[in-house]
Amino acid sequence: MQETPAQEAWDGFVGGNWQKAIDVRDFIQRNYTPYDGDDSFLAGPTEATTKLWADVMDLFAQETANGGVLDMDTKLVSTITSHEAGYIDKPLEQIVGLQTDKPLKRALMVDGGIRMAMAACKAYGYEVDPEIVDFYTYRRKTHNAGVFDVYTEDMRKCRHSHIITGLPDAYGRGRIIGDYRRVALYGVDALIADKTNQKNGTGTVMDEKTIRHREELSEQIRALKELKQLGEIYGFDLSRPAENFKEAVQWLYLGYLAAVKEQNGAAMSIGRNTTFLDIYAERDLARGTFTESEIQEIVDHLVMKLRMVKFARTPEYNELFSGDPQWVTESIGGIGIDGRSMVTKSCFRWLHTLENMGTSPEPNLTVLWSTKLPVGFKRYCAKISITTSSIQYENDDLMRVYHGDDYAIACCVSSMRVGKEMQFFGARANLAKCLLYAINGGRDEKTGEQIGPKYRAVEGEYLDYDDVFSKYMDMMRWLAGVYVNALNAIHYMHDKYSYERIQMALHDEHVHRWFATGIAGLSVVADSLSAIKYAKVRVVRDETGLVTDYITEGDFPKYGNDDDRVDTIAHDIVEIFMNMIRQNHTYRDSVPTTSILTITSNVVYGKATGNTPDGRRAGVPFAPGANPMHHRDTHGAVASLASVAKLPFNDAQDGISNTFSIIPNALGKGSDVYFHGSELDLEHIDFSDMNLDIQIENKIDCACEADPSAVEGAEDRK
Amino acid sequence: MSCSDTHMDLNDPLTVCGRVHSIETFGTVDGPGTRLVVFTQGCPMRCAYCHNPDTWQFGIGTEKSVKEILATFNRNRAFYRNGGITATGGEPLAQPEFIGALFEAAHNDPQGRIHTCLDSSGIAYNPETPEKFERVLDNTDLVLLDIKHSDPKGHLSLCEVGSERPLAFGDELNRRGIKVLIRHVVVPGITDSPEELAGVGRIIAHWDNVIGLDLLPYHVMGVKKYEELGIPYKLADTPAMDGKKIPELRKQILIARALERKKLGKQ
Repeated sequence: MQETPAQEAWDGFVGGNWQKAIDVRDFIQRNYTPYDGDDSFLAGPTEATTKLWADVMDLFAQETANGGVLDMDTKLVSTITSHEAGYIDKPLEQIVGLQTDKPLKRALMVDGGIRMAMAACKAYGYEVDPEIVDFYTYRRKTHNAGVFDVYTEDMRKCRHSHIITGLPDAYGRGRIIGDYRRVALYGVDALIADKTNQKNGTGTVMDEKTIRHREELSEQIRALKELKQLGEIYGFDLSRPAENFKEAVQWLYLGYLAAVKEQNGAAMSIGRNTTFLDIYAERDLARGTFTESEIQEIVDHLVMKLRMVKFARTPEYNELFSGDPQWVTESIGGIGIDGRSMVTKSCFRWLHTLENMGTSPEPNLTVLWSTKLPVGFKRYCAKISITTSSIQYENDDLMRVYHGDDYAIACCVSSMRVGKEMQFFGARANLAKCLLYAINGGRDEKTGEQIGPKYRAVEGEYLDYDDVFSKYMDMMRWLAGVYVNALNAIHYMHDKYSYERIQMALHDEHVHRWFATGIAGLSVVADSLSAIKYAKVRVVRDETGLVTDYITEGDFPKYGNDDDRVDTIAHDIVEIFMNMIRQNHTYRDSVPTTSILTITSNVVYGKATGNTPDGRRAGVPFAPGANPMHHRDTHGAVASLASVAKLPFNDAQDGISNTFSIIPNALGKGSDVYFHGSELDLEHIDFSDMNLDIQIENKIDCACEADPSAVEGAEDRK
Repeated sequence: MSCSDTHMDLNDPLTVCGRVHSIETFGTVDGPGTRLVVFTQGCPMRCAYCHNPDTWQFGIGTEKSVKEILATFNRNRAFYRNGGITATGGEPLAQPEFIGALFEAAHNDPQGRIHTCLDSSGIAYNPETPEKFERVLDNTDLVLLDIKHSDPKGHLSLCEVGSERPLAFGDELNRRGIKVLIRHVVVPGITDSPEELAGVGRIIAHWDNVIGLDLLPYHVMGVKKYEELGIPYKLADTPAMDGKKIPELRKQILIARALERKKLGKQ
């Protein structure tokens, strides 16, 4: 990056490497002000906020009344600059910008797959312009068409039998977080200059790698130029750095808006912005540019916009979820690697939007939790959680070790260093079904079809642990191979036909790529293997010899009770499967990870899986994520959590989730039980002024569970 | 170490065994913080509203040693940083050697002292043999003491036993200065009348060691267990208590307590 002359925009900031290179973390570390206080400084909603939010609520109601969408584009394919400016109520809006020219009107995005776009429109009574359909079917190839050109027979079979589910072969893959802060801190011209430098510095021998790299850099530069035009559409000059808090928020948001105008990825997360933006807020408060109320209003208006991000999707895609979520995840708080808390007043301000505008699943406000977070912030989080059930928590103490202190969460749990790491995400391997394939020599337990390789099936009446385990190893190795290679094909085609140009423009030139796989059915596998090992499991065969049921004699240790005999099995399966994933070639030198985090789609995986040796009946839902199976954890939550905590994070770095529901009254007594502050060493939270009579949302949704795969027979090109 | 293969030696508290109904690893309502809650098996009371009738019978349940229980605690000690161990039941004081050994070992745990909490009605306390309860009470940090009914007749009819021993236990706790959190289950038409609440207030006014009062609204979640066990449920016609009334009822007790303490010349 070229040396930038001292600019007015940066006046008052502590200088550092961030002025010489794109280095947002350095800027944050040198300039942010940790805040250890409580929530008493916060300002309520302004009149404009209340009015605007009422308008938006009204639009949401109209959307529901209209069958789920308010309006859809059918003639205009969405790009960064495709639409005129759109507003809710222009004079009242501090932060502006909509995906289309009207609030909640869904954009038409076709690069992922034209059939899926058509199906989404059709589901709500709209029809995509035939010329567009024709164009994207016969002239401009889509991601979906590319993928189906190369899928092998094995891959198609595995999709069909649902041993692999949710392959992103028809929508955007999502999970890529642009460093939208760069737009605010540097302005787009500096970013274009930097990317141009990168392009001038690539190798000149035109091998495939270099060609692709140069083409992508060109696309990134083009996207940045379009971002400037998007600014102009709304009357802003994004070429220069933002000069105050309001501009910083507006610049950052337009960067994000460019991304959601062009990509309908599963999970379009926004990054880790509160502490970055707080630096501008502190400067403006000191200068008297804005009052606390004005700053909160700007935050509220940004969050309001994020609540309005919508995509055109088919009902099947959304059927797993309550509502129509986008996983606009914003990561908040955490502790810096120098030990300072990264909680600032703006962390409070973002959570405070849930008070100012009521509870909302979006944006997905995610607190990076550490035992070392300041008490004032912990208390505020507890208060907001109790009143709104709308905060997600993730373990910063665990993730900081791997990702430092400038990572953000994509979707629900995937952590990545902002602007430095991206991921190729996709689907789940159903390990429980794989166990049944091992027992049945690759035949599907529901249909009898030969899906997997024709290995030798188990023989005899009773299952032998060593025999089943060795067969399971073979079948998992096969599954890992098909799965990883299907993803290789998908991500190759996604890069080719639906490249995330603006998001990648807001990354470093050389990014670290994760290859994020996923597994489902872990607790079913652990309990099934435990049953085979510690009890006696008899098989029931149908007339073709297919094992369709199991009769278990005797008791066996069950995962979720802090019992090492079975917890070790769960641990080992993760480690073993991950190693099998690693044995495969992964696209673009990406580093494989896995996640154990299905949260609601466990229902779908269960439906696709027959009877299992642990006694689970065919069709019964799996436990969510890494949870123990329902009602099998009989020693309380600590024992249950302890079992989950034994899973190796090192082998499941893309995340391990444990869905934990509890009614507020079961979380302990308020301090009002005591006559006065207890002499016990406790932190008391005053719940007395709160209404504890609330329902806990039992569903936590995650984009990784959406099924972004094409409906069979509805591929873009036959 | 399980109980079948070891010799119990009272001098080594870790070897002492007791009858346990179950262990809850995430107890948040039986004492401060997050606690390991040991439900002992067996109770001499037959409280009409009891929601754990499966813990009544003596002589059944699982034998567990103090060592096993502390091992369970220590495996996940981090969760209990602001909590500790609670013994409840059943009636934990019905097994004073076991709970005494458990609490002593908890206080002397090599990995650090563990806060101990006894959830008891006091019914098993015998003031004529105080030495039996010395080990428990020497090592108890907090008692959750149930006042079932302030009126002796009411107590007998509600619990099928008299209130002399519970009151004697309360006096002993007061003498020792062990912190006590009073619990009182409010059952519509049985323990929620103004006279009854005032009676509770007067009883606890005598004790200087009471640090809190927790009114528990009667609920009907235990009914299913009675069906499973084939035990008739005495309160079948009694509705659950409306939790919203609790602050007001609690206030009534506190007012009676304050008046009585004034009378007694206490603050």
